[in-house]
Amino acid sequence: MATVSTDLNYLQGKKGLFSWIFSVDHKRIGLLYLYALITFFLVGVTLGILMRLELLNPGKDLLEAQTYNQIFTLHGVIMIFLFIIPSIPAVFGNFFLPIMLGTDDVSFPRLNLLSWWIYIIGAIMALSTLIFGDGPADTGWTFYAPYSVKTGTNVTMSVLAAFVLGFSSILTGLNFIVTIHRLRTPGMTFLKMPLFAWALYATSWIQLLATPIIGITLMMIVAERFFGVGLFDPSIGGDPILYQHLFWIYSHPAVYIMALPAFGIISELLPTFARRTIFGYKAIAFSSLAIAFVGYFIWGHHMFTSGMSGTGRFIFSILTFLVAIPTAIKVFNWVATLYKGSIHVHTPLLYALAFIFQFMIGGFTGLLLGALATDIHLHDTYFVVGHFHYVMFGGTGFAFFGALHYWFPKIWGKMYNAKVANTAFTLLFIGFNTLYFPMLIAGLMGMPRRYYDYLPEFHLPNMISTFGSWILAVGLILMLGNLIYAYFKSKEKPGRNPWGGITLEWQTQSPPPVQNFDRMPELPKNGPYDFEHKPTIKE
Amino acid sequence: MEHASGFVLPNSGHNRDAEASKMGMWLFLFTELLLFGGLFIVYMVYRMINHEAFLLSSFELDVTMGTINTVVLLVSSMTIAMSITAIQKGNIKLSVNLLYATLAAAIIFMVIKYFEWSSKIHHGLFPGMDYYESLPKGEGLFFYLYFFMTGLHALHIIIGAVIIGVVIYRTKKGLVTSEKYTLTENAGLYWHLVDLIWIYLFPLFYLIH
Ligand SMILES: [Cu+2]
Repeated sequence: MATVSTDLNYLQGKKGLFSWIFSVDHKRIGLLYLYALITFFLVGVTLGILMRLELLNPGKDLLEAQTYNQIFTLHGVIMIFLFIIPSIPAVFGNFFLPIMLGTDDVSFPRLNLLSWWIYIIGAIMALSTLIFGDGPADTGWTFYAPYSVKTGTNVTMSVLAAFVLGFSSILTGLNFIVTIHRLRTPGMTFLKMPLFAWALYATSWIQLLATPIIGITLMMIVAERFFGVGLFDPSIGGDPILYQHLFWIYSHPAVYIMALPAFGIISELLPTFARRTIFGYKAIAFSSLAIAFVGYFIWGHHMFTSGMSGTGRFIFSILTFLVAIPTAIKVFNWVATLYKGSIHVHTPLLYALAFIFQFMIGGFTGLLLGALATDIHLHDTYFVVGHFHYVMFGGTGFAFFGALHYWFPKIWGKMYNAKVANTAFTLLFIGFNTLYFPMLIAGLMGMPRRYYDYLPEFHLPNMISTFGSWILAVGLILMLGNLIYAYFKSKEKPGRNPWGGITLEWQTQSPPPVQNFDRMPELPKNGPYDFEHKPTIKE
Repeated sequence: MEHASGFVLPNSGHNRDAEASKMGMWLFLFTELLLFGGLFIVYMVYRMINHEAFLLSSFELDVTMGTINTVVLLVSSMTIAMSITAIQKGNIKLSVNLLYATLAAAIIFMVIKYFEWSSKIHHGLFPGMDYYESLPKGEGLFFYLYFFMTGLHALHIIIGAVIIGVVIYRTKKGLVTSEKYTLTENAGLYWHLVDLIWIYLFPLFYLIH
């Protein structure tokens, strides 16, 4: 093996663009993902704010109906395929999984780099619809047939982009599964792994087992547009319901690709800031697997109103309710972890608490959508939009920001201004809830989603919602500004372990050296959160 | 990788790990199976809806050619399995020759496929052609799925052939040895999968009457 001659950290050493975009170091690849993801996230946010501006008042103000349709589609495609699906695994999984397992890289470092490149190619394809062809798709991110077969916009390219991005996601998942099986440090059994690793493990299996289905389904859409053969378009002999089944067989499990890693983050943050072992380690670990497993069989709940037998609806509804059980197990365990803990309130903990609050609203509203009677009323209303954003943004998004604040000192060896970070958090929290809670109410009142206009009786919730989007935007700018400022200007050296965590990443230098550890990491005696027998971490 | 202080981590992602490579390959094969799985679902659904039409159309396919191709693939699966045994025993020359035999089988398969496809296209059965458009919808779907699924399978044959070519090249250069033959094993796994998928495609299109 190559010998590294100095004790340089991973940020030092080779310099220049090429040393980054062709790096096989999992830490550098994680950061490559981070920079790309944040960029696409900001594009998606901008599109979202544009939509909210259009919806500030009833009637057409800013955007044509067609433009609005294209914008909400692109917003969905970017946020789902470019941001939230890769988000936590690609950035923090890549950076921290090997460190938390006590090894120096993933099992297939070159494949890891390839995944990033495939991701970038897919991203360029998705964004190219803005410039080339007949404009971005206007179908919604679900690409429902038959409209996706008929519309003149550039559906083909968007769909191909989603296919390519899926491939990147599969390769990352494959890499993580093998890494977890093969590279755990001696003494770390499966049941002594950090819960973040467990969450990534369950996520990776879903990525592997669900993504190929959407891949082939999207290929069928492309072929149908190309050859005009009706697999899904009823006017040429196809079955649009079949498309919906195939689409949701992937896309419902995909919701857990987005949510499970966030659960993993929360399970790391709470023990560290409560200075106490996690309550119900096994329950949390296995409930991830249970969610992954049951989540595979409940896709039909997206189709209660599109033509399905009574029996089918009944079964899908019951199974959907079943998922609530392992999810609730996690929430109870998290809350129990805080109980009688020695709670240290820092910015990452605030994000974790906001996660629990917002994810619970997202989860409960999900139950209303999974119940047959209420779903008939709520289907395709703003209630769905509100629910979805509570889960994805209020849940995964906030967990992502929490993780960013938690590991910032480890990744860069610098510290941000805590006061500004807390202010930004407060703005984000208020902005988020002002933005999305009114959507739940507008949906209950019956406002349909995906229109650029609405009836005057929906004016108030829409107005409040748009105000919320401004608060949220200010919060985002403040949060990112604070971190970027710290990156360039911070003089504060946080040391190895600023938060008093005991998982392995806190035992190494900040930033970590190229091979991740400068001395053998020490495992706590009884599992990863054993604060009773915590290893002493010398600087 | 070693540190200046002389400290070396016990597990490294940069170490050679044959188990890991094979595990990775198996996981990848799962995804391939599911990729075709989506198509099998579509096939099943449309076969149930258009039972008669699928039955009628399946008589248009050439069972003899299909059978020959099945035999060719089965034999090739055997030759690549034998090639792995040969390399395990250190017989590099035999291993390479068996890989060549597998490659030849891949080429024979593609040539036969070419003749099959061209005769179908000659009869105007490819989507978009006049005769195809005049067919009843069920029969059209049959041929569409036939081209889609066998086409995707043929693509996998080509990829497999390229992989086998790489294995031959690397074995000849001495990079694959009786100590280090994961590459051959992985190529074998992939090739068996391609074979396996054909074993399902063949009865679905040619045999079920
Ligand atoms: Cu769902």
